[in-house]
Amino acid sequence: MKQSYQEIVEKNSPKENVFSNAVIAFITGGIMGIIGQLLIDGYSMWLDIPTKEATVCMLVTLIFFSCLFTSFGFFDKWVNFCKCGLIIPITGFAHATMSAALEFRKEGLVTGIGMNMLKLSGAVIIFGVVSSFVFSLIRMVVGLI
Amino acid sequence: MTFKFKDVYINETSTITGPYESEGPLGKYFDLCHSDLYFGEKNWEQAEVKLIDEAINTLTRKSKVEINSVDAFIGGDLLNQIAASNYAMMKVNKSFIGIYAACSNSTLGLILGGSLIDGGFLNKVITFTSSHNTAAEKQYRYPVEYGGPKRKTTTFTSTGGVAALLSNETGKIKLESGTLGTVIDSGVTDVFNMGAVMAKAAADTIYKHLQDTGRDISYYDLILTGDLGVYGKEILKEYMYSEYNIKLKNYNDTGVMLYDIENQPVYAGASGPACASLVTYGYVFDKMKKGKYKKVLLAATGALMSPTMVNHKLTIPAISHAVSLEVIL
Repeated sequence: MKQSYQEIVEKNSPKENVFSNAVIAFITGGIMGIIGQLLIDGYSMWLDIPTKEATVCMLVTLIFFSCLFTSFGFFDKWVNFCKCGLIIPITGFAHATMSAALEFRKEGLVTGIGMNMLKLSGAVIIFGVVSSFVFSLIRMVVGLI
Repeated sequence: MTFKFKDVYINETSTITGPYESEGPLGKYFDLCHSDLYFGEKNWEQAEVKLIDEAINTLTRKSKVEINSVDAFIGGDLLNQIAASNYAMMKVNKSFIGIYAACSNSTLGLILGGSLIDGGFLNKVITFTSSHNTAAEKQYRYPVEYGGPKRKTTTFTSTGGVAALLSNETGKIKLESGTLGTVIDSGVTDVFNMGAVMAKAAADTIYKHLQDTGRDISYYDLILTGDLGVYGKEILKEYMYSEYNIKLKNYNDTGVMLYDIENQPVYAGASGPACASLVTYGYVFDKMKKGKYKKVLLAATGALMSPTMVNHKLTIPAISHAVSLEVIL
């Protein structure tokens, strides 16, 4: 029986392990959450600051370490293993920005880093701003009713 | 479109590789292996230029042919504007034909060189091609340090520079004939499944080659495709049988041969213009000279992928050019 090319391609394309990927992301993402919470508690305890400010300190810490580990060259291996466990938290954003900055450094400060640093993460900023606008609009409308 | 060549020989070849290729199962067949991807250069693009420089220098040293006695160079690579080839050629000051057929550059170069020699226009031609893993990653995929989780069907661009000296002086490897491929619409839009993109083009060219020459598939001791990878190889086998009723027996894919798929982080196998030539010039020619293979059909396959066109939601075209190689013992 003659099969179409698409059918043959379909048959010979391996399925990704969605379940195991999700479990790994769930566990590693959860660990990231715990680390974040511990940092918030730690900062508010040691520095005696309110939770809101401690949250900012936590974010800066996570961004700093993911950028540092990306520069050292092993964070991409962690991302490859943890997948969305490290990509969805702010670590993923920092990693994407840092890796693009490293890659294009050799093409100059302005034409290289300046123009390419947000190559991957620019979309996150754009759609982050757009979606927060939409949600605040919804909140405002709901508040009026 | 198939040409038969009267007197064209591949007199000498050279193969330069990076670390992953030398650690693979065919590592000992290559002329020069680098352990660092920068090769002492400032960036990956310049490293790729160096790959071509070294391939040409190694070739002239091995063949004892002066670069001035070479009539023309034919070559190309994966970078935009085939930049690596152009920059390498800037130092040579010889007639140059730049080509782009993605990963089927190597066989297109051989067919063009063979035609110019057999037509009596030129006597000595050097064809070359190159690919560089991280330079290709940067251009076609994501920044290298981003890594990003990859699918099982993803192929790993090989790092290598390869060159071959063609002439009408009798040598051990004869370029017997060549089939120019056509651009085939694979119907595939998945950039992480290049094997599926290219397998259809390979099938088309192999079938046309057999039709044009009136040969049976068993005429060849070994049939090689370019860089289909583990899954593309299976697709080709199945499609050849289903569409043309041809069973591929003495068949292998250079993308599967270049690396140790189990133990190296290469997913579905190797890709890149250098892949087909590294395996053929390094390993297959060695085995041909020792008498293991007599007649080999090499169908290098190229996915003509443009990131812009993929973003336009268009399918990815592919092409395959095939050459028939014979050993003269």
